Amino acid sequence: MKLIAAMSGGVDSAVAAARAVEAGHDVIGVHLALAANPQKYRSGARGCCTIEDSHDARRAADVIGIPFYIWDMAEEFHDGVVEDFLAEYAAGRTPNPCLRCNEKIKFAAVLDRARAMGFDGVVTGHYARTEISDSGKTLHRAVDHSKDQSYVLSVLTIEQIAGAIFPLGDTTKVDIRIEAERRGLAVAQKPDSHDICFVPSGDNAGWLRDRLGSEVGPIVDQDGKKIGEHKGAYTYTIGQRKGLGLTVPTPDGSPRFVLKIEPVSNTIVVGAREDLAITTMSGERPVWCGPAVTDQVQQGFVQIRAHGSALPCSYYFNGTLLIATLDEPLLGLATGQAMVIYDGDRVVGSATICETK
Amino acid sequence: MSEQLQQLGNPSSLHTHGRATRKTLEDAREVIAKKIDCLASEVIFTASGTEANNIALKGLFWNGKKTGKNLVVISAIEHHAILDPAHWLHTHEGAEVITVPITSDGVIDLDFLRNLVSERRFEIGVISIMHSNNETGVLQPINEIVAIAGDIPVHIDAVQSFTKTALSYKNLGVTALTLSAHKIGGPLGIGALILRRAYEIPALLHGGGQEREIRSGTLNTPSIVAFATAVKDSYDAARVSGLRDSFIAGVKRLIPDAYINGEKSARLPGIVNVTFPGTQSDTLLLLLDSAHVSASTGSACSAGVHEASHVLLAMGHSEETAQSSLRFSFGATSTQGDVDFVLSVLPDVISRGRAAHT
Repeated sequence: MKLIAAMSGGVDSAVAAARAVEAGHDVIGVHLALAANPQKYRSGARGCCTIEDSHDARRAADVIGIPFYIWDMAEEFHDGVVEDFLAEYAAGRTPNPCLRCNEKIKFAAVLDRARAMGFDGVVTGHYARTEISDSGKTLHRAVDHSKDQSYVLSVLTIEQIAGAIFPLGDTTKVDIRIEAERRGLAVAQKPDSHDICFVPSGDNAGWLRDRLGSEVGPIVDQDGKKIGEHKGAYTYTIGQRKGLGLTVPTPDGSPRFVLKIEPVSNTIVVGAREDLAITTMSGERPVWCGPAVTDQVQQGFVQIRAHGSALPCSYYFNGTLLIATLDEPLLGLATGQAMVIYDGDRVVGSATICETK
Repeated sequence: MSEQLQQLGNPSSLHTHGRATRKTLEDAREVIAKKIDCLASEVIFTASGTEANNIALKGLFWNGKKTGKNLVVISAIEHHAILDPAHWLHTHEGAEVITVPITSDGVIDLDFLRNLVSERRFEIGVISIMHSNNETGVLQPINEIVAIAGDIPVHIDAVQSFTKTALSYKNLGVTALTLSAHKIGGPLGIGALILRRAYEIPALLHGGGQEREIRSGTLNTPSIVAFATAVKDSYDAARVSGLRDSFIAGVKRLIPDAYINGEKSARLPGIVNVTFPGTQSDTLLLLLDSAHVSASTGSACSAGVHEASHVLLAMGHSEETAQSSLRFSFGATSTQGDVDFVLSVLPDVISRGRAAHT
């Protein structure tokens, strides 16, 4: 196949590209320039969009022996990922930008462009697997569950999965580093990137404050009584306990948690730990990674954070919303996050959480 | 060159080995001087065309500064090796930089220059205009520029023109001129500044006092010898122009809405700059490369992202059409077979390129 390998400059995408070449594919390396004004060097393990990273990607492509290009996706990234991230926070939700980037950039803008140019698909260094079964090509968890990235890939449609190649899904991260070393790739020991790539300082709250302002607002209890003030509602998350700065104690001395963020009234509602408990979540704009979910109730698992655990649940689709009911209650769930349904290791689909009960 | 790499003598040394190397070096200098039509003592070897441009622009500016001249005049289509030092002079030395605009045919606006010189003659320290543009191949009217300049020092970047078109340092009457070896088939990393014998300008590098104390540093004799060897190679301008014209005819036949930038102007034999509406040049580059054709776009920023060519923008292109343009170069070793091959893959490349940007 003729493939585009998306190369971030990190170890995973470099080994993924090398493996695709070794598997006999005709591979071209592409680094996505996502920042309009990239920094020259990475500081620590932050981000993946510096000029140094693009040089690392180029060097890896040269060592592997494939052509290398840089595609400017800064505008698409800004409009589709950064703006969405800000808008979601401004609306009191907690978005996942990596998921949005896969949905709108890597497997949309890049895959579309690749296909138009005559390529068959896009290779990435994500830890996930695909399988060919009777129901077509399906998306699965990586063998290395601690590195599994199927959660952030759960926004891919069947058509996008058809064009996605994940060569690393059968290997652990430790072994990928050893393999990179063996292949002579200088990025073998490069630190992982953990943070949000467009927030190079790693200070998400500060970054949001700079862009959304920090309008002071009330912190109220469940009866609506004001018990404190916050410094910008979007810097709080559901279930948060620390950093609320509350001086009025609860009658029984138990701690308070963020239960709700109301962007319009700029209010944060706090309450007791047990009030965080939810058993049902509803998600809008569902995407099916395989056969569509129907109104028939199914048993499976739902995951609500990129590296969270898979929680046993029953789920169905009511025609508009994907609804999952947990076997055991869960404490603290922010809207805006993705709910991803698994059938064992297979990703069934995902939706954006809009309501919890 | 490989023979010379085994010679240990430093051309500045007095012993036998040094003398032997110096003999070869000075032979090479004379070959280059003869080709560009200057005195051997007017050739100052540098590590690149960029370095020669920096020495000339900054040196001539500093010379003028001594008598209160603070104005640097360049054109809008200069290479970054002139644009960036000019910008540096502005930021670090307080120079006023004036950029001469370009017509839609890719030639500098002589009326603008004439007016500027007549109004501010005594403020101008240096005028630097390239002999031909590296992206479009359009030749600039250097004779007219020198006539307008009068006694104002003129530097020309002749990197693109050397050996490809008639070029005589003496006849042009410029003060300084830049050359680079790799553009004529010589090695990478060797260039020369031709500077009038009696002219002294401040150096950028200080040390052993080589090259008239304008460019200290041990001379890179192997590369200089190879530079001179490349100068001796013949370049059949008529043949290369023929290939270029056959390519242009083919492009117009196959891609009717494509157009040639600077087509109405006198150009170098080997460069064609084509706009393919509805495409993006970095996509075309990738597709051509896959088909074993090497073309190029204007330039890339430090992040490696293709930017709209400042040359095409100066000629009146929009960002969009400037981003839809590619440069094709033909050299002494190119053949009609090469041209036919490029034309055979071009329609598919353009249609895929258009599909990728709908």
